[in-house]
Amino acid sequence: MRERHIAHVLLERGQVANSWRRERWESLRLLTPNWQSRLPGYTYDGADPDGYMSTGEVVDFIDGYAAFTGAPVRTGVNVTSVRRVDDGYHVTTNDGEIRCRAVVIASGACNLPAVPALSAAVPAGVEQLTTFDYKGPERIADGGVLVVGASATGVQLAQELRRSGRPVTLAVGEHVRMPRTYRDKDVLWWMDASGVWDQRHDELDDLERARRLPSPQLVGTPERRTLDLNALSDDGVELVGRLASLRDGTALFSGGLRNVLALADLKARRLLDTFDAWAGSVSSERLEPTRVPAKARWQLNLRGGEIRTIVWATGYRPDYSWLDVPVLDEKGRLRHDGGVVSDSPGLYVLGLPVLRRRRSTFISGISDDARFVVEHLRSSL
Amino acid sequence: MTTVDNGVNVQALLDARQALKGAPEAAQFTWQAKSRWSNGVHSETTVQKFFGLGADQAHKSAHTFDADHPEVFAAEDNGITPIEYLLVGLAACLTAGVASVAQNRGIQLRSVESTVEGQHDIRGILGVDSDVRNGFNDIKVTFHIDADASKEEIEALVAQSQKRSAVFDALTNPTDVTVEVA
Repeated sequence: MRERHIAHVLLERGQVANSWRRERWESLRLLTPNWQSRLPGYTYDGADPDGYMSTGEVVDFIDGYAAFTGAPVRTGVNVTSVRRVDDGYHVTTNDGEIRCRAVVIASGACNLPAVPALSAAVPAGVEQLTTFDYKGPERIADGGVLVVGASATGVQLAQELRRSGRPVTLAVGEHVRMPRTYRDKDVLWWMDASGVWDQRHDELDDLERARRLPSPQLVGTPERRTLDLNALSDDGVELVGRLASLRDGTALFSGGLRNVLALADLKARRLLDTFDAWAGSVSSERLEPTRVPAKARWQLNLRGGEIRTIVWATGYRPDYSWLDVPVLDEKGRLRHDGGVVSDSPGLYVLGLPVLRRRRSTFISGISDDARFVVEHLRSSL
Repeated sequence: MTTVDNGVNVQALLDARQALKGAPEAAQFTWQAKSRWSNGVHSETTVQKFFGLGADQAHKSAHTFDADHPEVFAAEDNGITPIEYLLVGLAACLTAGVASVAQNRGIQLRSVESTVEGQHDIRGILGVDSDVRNGFNDIKVTFHIDADASKEEIEALVAQSQKRSAVFDALTNPTDVTVEVA
């Protein structure tokens, strides 16, 4: 916006990179390798381009970008309401009112943990944590843990908790399997180079599905190890089906585990085939099929003392409670067309999954998305 | 190029999917079966009417199903056992899914056969051992599919048919069941 000479201000409820300072667990590292941390005019230039930033390093990186751009950030300003007025928007904050022609919502998709309603039926003796509460294994009770959800978060926490000596059961629904590396390159190098991440939102067969896709089963570690369900089985994590219901203090799991494992394996293989096709050569490197537990339990008594803690790794949702503009759909999602909230001129959104391209989900996606949105915004002023 | 025809009107299904996106109330169906005791453990269940798309609907004709138990259960064997109807439902549902998904993916089917086996420890229903459940312990479905497709594509068809199967879901996930005396 500075380049386009659009007067603007950035409101940040806490400090710059607030969620990275406060809402992440301690061992978390970015899923994307350092060299993919590209912001407009600003890229990672450290000594380890293939490494993965810790949360502290992400904070430093974003802080560095704030300083580099000299962006007019007002920190500690929490927006409590955005309303439409004749020629734009009226923004109410804990630090005064603002009138503006346009608003870009850049608060992201992960403001609140999405915990299923059935959590209300968990017996009182079992402690429940979301990924916002979880910091590390040492702060949770000894004894068994049920981790619900097998996205990047779920598999990372399941492994960390298992390696802390606790018995861990992982409830697995539909998930995205990926090897950390393929043909000696980071799998996200392939996503970037092969053009998968460049697929546009208006070209995808099922955009809604692409936007709902859980994060891939990846972890950023110095040894670039793969963290799939086989790795968890090797560590002694017990796999069960999707948590379907809680009845009389007993968790009931879906009997469809075998099929979600098969679906993820098929899709992972198809993805590697896509890479091969792009590379113009076929590799013999293939994924070992996910090993299906001989007898996956489909019920677990939560009153028996076996499970002391449940970790809900069931995803996140955005918080639009402050948005007093009727642009949410029946499921509470913001209706937008590639970042343009067409139902309310002057309203834009950035930083949602597959906003304009698959790449939008990742740090390196923001450059093109922001350029488009700012161009649209400028032409509408 | 030959046209793939598995006899499934995929366009109608895709159109319905699109139409129902904006009309969730029309998507609410009630399926109904009416049962009458005959004698012994033999009963007759008739299916004809259902509700859906906001209106009463009916099959072209009524279908009647006899359920009984085999002679090794000291019954007359006037029909299959009730739990076998679950296998019928699962096989039919997955097969319909395979045909639909194949049509949608442009895969010509030549034959689709499956065997469904349910492992059942009848000590549960007889009350021999209270630790044994009444229902199936597990179910195995084996498909034999001849189609213009690779093994991997066929596996994907079968996986997708499970993902979209009403009966697979009903059997693998708990369902709240209310039984009342009117």
